[in-house]
Amino acid sequence: MKIMNYRYLILILSAVCCLLSAASDAHAMHISEGILPLNWAALWFVAALPFLAYGMRSLRETSKTDLSIKPLVGLMAAVVFVISCMPIPVPTAGTCSHPGGTAIPAILLGPSISILVAAVALLIQALFLAHGGLSTWGADIVSMGIVGSFTAYAVFRLLRMFNISLTISAFFAGLLSDWAIYLTTSVELAAGIRGDSPFLPLFSKIVIAFIPTQLPIGILEGVMTAGMVSLLVRRRADLLVKLGVIKPGHAGGAA
Amino acid sequence: MKRQITVDRSQLTDAFPTFVKEGFSGTTIFLIVFAFVLLLWSSASADNWAGVDESVVEKFAQEHGREAAEPLINTDQGDLLLFVFLLAGAVGGFAGGYYWRMLTEKGTGTCGSPAIKKE
Repeated sequence: MKIMNYRYLILILSAVCCLLSAASDAHAMHISEGILPLNWAALWFVAALPFLAYGMRSLRETSKTDLSIKPLVGLMAAVVFVISCMPIPVPTAGTCSHPGGTAIPAILLGPSISILVAAVALLIQALFLAHGGLSTWGADIVSMGIVGSFTAYAVFRLLRMFNISLTISAFFAGLLSDWAIYLTTSVELAAGIRGDSPFLPLFSKIVIAFIPTQLPIGILEGVMTAGMVSLLVRRRADLLVKLGVIKPGHAGGAA
Repeated sequence: MKRQITVDRSQLTDAFPTFVKEGFSGTTIFLIVFAFVLLLWSSASADNWAGVDESVVEKFAQEHGREAAEPLINTDQGDLLLFVFLLAGAVGGFAGGYYWRMLTEKGTGTCGSPAIKKE
């Protein structure tokens, strides 16, 4: 009899996620189609393009010299896709939201490849899951891909510089990355819809409205990031040493 | 006097799933408990569990005269959205498991090896 392994566990968890999404109204938590005026949508597209090109170049160059990164990129793409379309009920707020998921690839693969992974996930969600929009794809790449990835990477590297443990560094990278994503979404939304109204009061109102939902979701994202990073360090420390996430001689634990 | 029972996990047969033999990790237990508590809580609560797109993004957009447009491929019709979400979860879960196996199991091809360099 063929043994079950983690694939089946992930499948079961995915089914639970689908049930959760069915229990709630399975709408998008990214900026939906048509919300942003065309000029603002185009601006965010232009802002995202150089980062996408940089991500593609990084992936191509890394793949040229080292094939062992490919399954990790595949795993990260699946993780970001599932996490970022998973509506999680937040009982304290009575609403649903989702983590960004980009902190994990940003820490493991670097922000450039993480942006690319996020962009692909966002495109599939916008096309087939009524989750986000094609016109708002650029804005969603900027918030979830660019800001989420760079925040996670910077926080993780900074904390590691001060010899903070791997798990705690990954936790704060995930937490702050999630909050940074929604701060950026607030900027994009306030700037796009304000018309003649002043920017700051509207921005503050949107941020305050996000807080009851995103505060706990950010903590959850921190836990997920810390769990995933420590799990990979335990199972493939050699790969993470090669990618520069940990130093050679790391015990392989999550210390 | 109580007898202490110890289990040698390596002796468990193939009938046991790998994750049972290796022991559930803390994260796995946390995720399973978390999912079930949330399911119970959300079904018992009177809240409508709207996404923040509706409760925040679309609400503020409407207040400022912007409406969400219909997506290019509108799967938000009846059970169609449930189907595509289920399909997406299954495909995402399968891909995640497939690559996880490539990464962690030895002898599953070149990608499972620690460092493969192209000539």
